[in-house]
Formats: sequence, structure tokens, C-alpha cells
Amino acid sequence: MSILVDKDSRVLVQGITGREGLFHTEQMVTYGTKVVAGVTPGKGGTEAVGVPVFNTVSEAVAATGANVSVIFVPAGFAADAACEASESGIELVVVITEHIPVMDMIRVKSFLRARGTRMIGPNCPGIITPGECKLGIMPGYIHQPGRVGLISRSGTLTYEVVHQLTQAGLGQSTCVGMGGDPITGMGFIELLELFADDPATEAVAMIGEIGGDAEERAAAFIKEGFDKPVFGFVAGLTAPPGKRMGHAGAIISGSQGKAEDKIAAMEDAGITVVRALGEFGATVAAELN
Amino acid sequence: MNVHEYQAKSILAQYGVPTPAGGLALTPIEARQVAQGLDADRFVVKAQVHAGGRGKGGGIRVVNTVDEVQAAAKEILWMNLVTHQTGPEGKLVRKVWVEGATDIARELYVAVVLDRGAERLAVIASPYGGMDIEEVAAKNPEAIFTTWVEPGQPLWPFQARRLLFSCGLQGRQVTIGTAILKGLVQLAWEKEATLAEINPLAVTGGGELVALDAKINFDDSALKRHPEIADLADPEETDPLEREATAQGLNYIRLDGTVGTMVNGAGLAMATMDVIKMAGAEPANFLDVGGGASEEMVATGFEVILSDPNVEAILINIFGGILRCDTLAAGVVGAARKVGIEVPLVVRLEGTNVEEGRKILAESDLSFEVAGSISEAAAKIALVAGGAS
Repeated sequence: MSILVDKDSRVLVQGITGREGLFHTEQMVTYGTKVVAGVTPGKGGTEAVGVPVFNTVSEAVAATGANVSVIFVPAGFAADAACEASESGIELVVVITEHIPVMDMIRVKSFLRARGTRMIGPNCPGIITPGECKLGIMPGYIHQPGRVGLISRSGTLTYEVVHQLTQAGLGQSTCVGMGGDPITGMGFIELLELFADDPATEAVAMIGEIGGDAEERAAAFIKEGFDKPVFGFVAGLTAPPGKRMGHAGAIISGSQGKAEDKIAAMEDAGITVVRALGEFGATVAAELN
Repeated sequence: MNVHEYQAKSILAQYGVPTPAGGLALTPIEARQVAQGLDADRFVVKAQVHAGGRGKGGGIRVVNTVDEVQAAAKEILWMNLVTHQTGPEGKLVRKVWVEGATDIARELYVAVVLDRGAERLAVIASPYGGMDIEEVAAKNPEAIFTTWVEPGQPLWPFQARRLLFSCGLQGRQVTIGTAILKGLVQLAWEKEATLAEINPLAVTGGGELVALDAKINFDDSALKRHPEIADLADPEETDPLEREATAQGLNYIRLDGTVGTMVNGAGLAMATMDVIKMAGAEPANFLDVGGGASEEMVATGFEVILSDPNVEAILINIFGGILRCDTLAAGVVGAARKVGIEVPLVVRLEGTNVEEGRKILAESDLSFEVAGSISEAAAKIALVAGGAS
């Protein structure tokens, strides 16, 4: 079992003929992901990496039954692509693109909410159910089917934690990179709700960072009665206030967004917060085994 | 992106927000000339730097004559202004704004801000203007009133009226205030501002409303669509090394420690800084070379890190995914040779083709310390950079 994506997910790639789209489609197909269609307006009728390309998402869905989409189109066009996917009946939209204007995201979320479409990202590595479906840009081989669900606001930091979980022999049920922007699709809480109902997930790893209060809100949710063990990490204890640390959403504004406060809220909710990143995998293993 | 107060006021004026008449001056003489052209019997001289708390730091003066304007400008210009937002090193004042002083009856706070949790723009008002809103939130949370703007919609007048009545405004002031709040929301949508704040919004003795100070943050990701806003950027407000790195496409933030860091990915870069600190040393910078760092990017990264004279050692932490470790190791060796690195260097590589990558480092004639894990890397770097251990 897993959450959101599995071996039966029928994947559509928006922006499939671009440099990133082509490269990562190939990687996803090699991993075993069922990529059934691509969309690039104006290139309908062609093929990319052996995948049929369509002009519109609705055509692609009608022809192939695609139900999940991953978006690689440039920032200026990504909001449009997400809305097109939603309007065409795609159930889950994964937006990899970075630097999408936040006002676009406000509108996209409103559009998707009205149609019941789920979104992951933007500015994220994607989502992977190891051994079944890789949707995004993460290196597939570091993952291993297993017991820990992972939710993260970061990319390479996620890979670090995944790698440690694999080394520790625990593996992962599903790993979700929520994205590093101020407004993202599914958040910690929605994903925790899904992991709660997933029998394959024995514990959840929650990787946060400075900025906003998503970790605090997730901690409050967990405190109300999330009954699987949660292990946390928060990046940015040494980050100076008022500076954007790479991710658009990673900024301490005034008194909000500090790593210390997030860690305190998480510990108060019974989450095991690992402070030394290098010990994450070992800590989870020691508690679960 | 931040802009100066004088730029923010000019944008507010375009959206119908009343602001005091004034002008920008780069010299005391210019300040005097600006004051002479104003129809006012008192003047305010304000340092223009990107930081709050300018008044407490001595960067704002209220004076009575044009002579005093000139004298005040002379003191403020080229001073190193230290406020709670500049850090102890302060900011050099290169320009002042001179305006006619306003007869203030009371001061309010109004702002439009991106509310990340609500995923909407929030409009905030408080009868406690002229002070830090964070302070009001801590001391008088009941005196902060908020409403949210539906995505893609204007601020409806009833929403504005509700806030303004709550702040104690009446009659015509509510009408003017409604126009101001609607203008702020329109500005935020059209120019893609994540914060547009008027603090204080003064009620004058004559019952008018005037924006006495303003702060606007624009979404960096949207600047391409607003070249007129991008043009307002003041490069002097950014650390020169950060400016250079940005020009090279690197994400670099200077800090005050001694361990330079180079990492791929923002989250891992922050975590690496934290690990250095936990090991007893202090990070000298945040540097994210991006997911697909090339040899050129790594070389530029080295150059930027080494331009900081405080750097005594460098830690490279790369989790190779799509970017293979052997490619990266070759890049590090090439770049190190090109740049010439004389401080200790600890390299931690993990991910795709890691064995080949480590081999390339070990077999090079350069003296790298290779670390097998992030914990080991931190311990090694703390040892060479005067850490506690």
C-alpha cells in the first residue's frame, strides 16, 4: 500500500518535449512509472521518449485515461498548466516548476479546490512510491519499498533522509516533497491524514524548515490524536531573520517562522525531533525495531 | 524585493493613497532645496534604507526651518544607521527623503499581506499605528482586525468599512479609508506585492488621512512581469558578495562565521549550516549551487566563498541525484585547481556514483578531507575551523 500514487497510476507529463520534461520522463519510464501521455501545445501527434504527445490535456485524458499529471512547464505558464489539468479531470497534479508567482498560486488553489483536484508542489521534487511509481525528479535508486512515510518541504534534504532510512533497512511507503514555496498544494496535515489510513505506513518522517507556520499547525493536528509515531527535522536553526534561504517560502518574518519555535511545537506534540541530521535514520530504526 | 519608502509612497500615490508632498535628496543642499519648494512650516528628514526602526536609530528628524533641514540631512547622509533590523553592522545612508510635517491627530496601522496559511491576501488594520505590528500583536491582540480577500476579487467596501469602524474611524474618514484599503489590495494584485503596509496612516488635525510611512515587498518570482518594479531595485542595499553571486546564478547569503559551505539544494544547505553549528563551529555562508551544479558553478561558488576574508575552512556537501557524484567530484577538483584553495576543505559526497566520485577526490593531488556522512563531515570541519571539539 501507499498514498496517492502506485503501480496503477496513469501518468501524464505536461511540458514533455522541453529539456527537463524529456530527461525526467525518460528517468520515470526507466523506473517503471506508467507514463501514458505527454502534452505540449502544438506538438500533438508526435512522440517523445516513446510516449504519445497531445495538444491538450483533455485529449490526452480521453485517449489514454491518464489520471495523474506531472508539470515541467516554465514558471510563467505553470499555473495555466495546473488549471488545465484540473479542468480536464486529472485527480492529482504534481508541479515541479520553481519560481511560480505566488499570486498565480492563490488563483490556482482556488481553481483546483472548486474542482476537487489535489496538488503537490510547486517547487518540489515530486512524489514517489518506491518500486511502483516515481513522479518527479528524485533519484529513484536511493528509495526502497518500506515502512516510513515521508513528507518534506525540501529536495536534496529529503534525499538525505530517504537515503538514511534505506541504509537503516526501513525503506519508505511513499515520499512526498510538498515544495518550498509560500503557498503549496497538499500540506503536512492532508498528507498525515492519508498516511494515517495507509496500512503500509508504520511511522511518518516530517522534514520542515524555517518560514510560515505549517509545522506548528501540523504539530497541533498530531497532538489531537495522530496515532502513528512521527519523527521530525527542521532545517534553518542558524538562518538569519529576514533573508530568503533559497526557497521562496524559507524566511523568518518578524517573530514567525523560526526553527526553534517549530521544534518546540513538534516536541510538545510528542514528535521525536532529530537535531543532528546524520542520526535521523538510526533514530527512527532504534524506535521502530 | 524591497523598495525604499520614497518609492513605496510614489506607488501608493498611483493607487490613490494620499501621501505628504516631498522630494528625494542626495546632498544636504538638495535637501534644503526640496524643503524650500514645499508649502510647509515644519519638515521631516528621513533616511532611505531598507530597514525598519529608522526613527529610534536617529535616521529621522523633525525640524522647523530649511536651515535645520540642511543640517539634519548633513547628519543623516552617510551615517551608518543601526536599527533592530540592520544588525550591528548598520546600513550606510545614501539618500534622504524630505517632506512637509503632518499635523497628526492619531495614527493607525493598515496593511495587505500574503497570508500563507489562509492562501489569500489578508487586510489588517489596527488603531495602534506608528509602532511595530508584532508588538501590538503581542500586547493588544484584540486591537488587530483582519479580513481576507477572495482569490481574484477586489476588497469589497463592506470589508473595508468593518475594519475601519473597528479602528474607531467615522463618517468621511471611513469613506477615504475604504478607498485607501481598496487601493492597497488592487496594488497587491496588479503589482504582485506580498506586503503593502502603511504604518502609520495618520488622521490629521483637519480630519484627512495621510500615509506617513510605507513598506512594500514584491514577489521576486513575478518581477519579470513588472519591469517597472524591477527597475526600482537598489543594488546598494545588498551585500556586494551576495550581489556578485546572484549575478552568477548562485543562491548565496553571507553570515558571520568561519566555515564556508557549498551545498546542492536549499534545505540541505540550511541543514548543513545547522550541523556545523552543532559541531561547535559557525557557518560563514549559505550557498545553494542548485540541483544541477556544473564545474563552472562550483568554481564560481569557490570564488564567492573565498572572497569572504573570514573563511577558514570550506565544507562541501553534495547529495548527487540526477547530478552524478563523479561528474561533481571532477568539477570540484577542476575548480579547486583553477581557483587555488589554501584553506582546509572537507568534502562529503553521497548519491549516484558516489564510489567513483570519492575515488576521483582521493586520487587528485589536492588535499581534501573526504567525509562519509554528514555527521563525520561536521566533526572534521569543526576540528579544522577552531570548533569547540
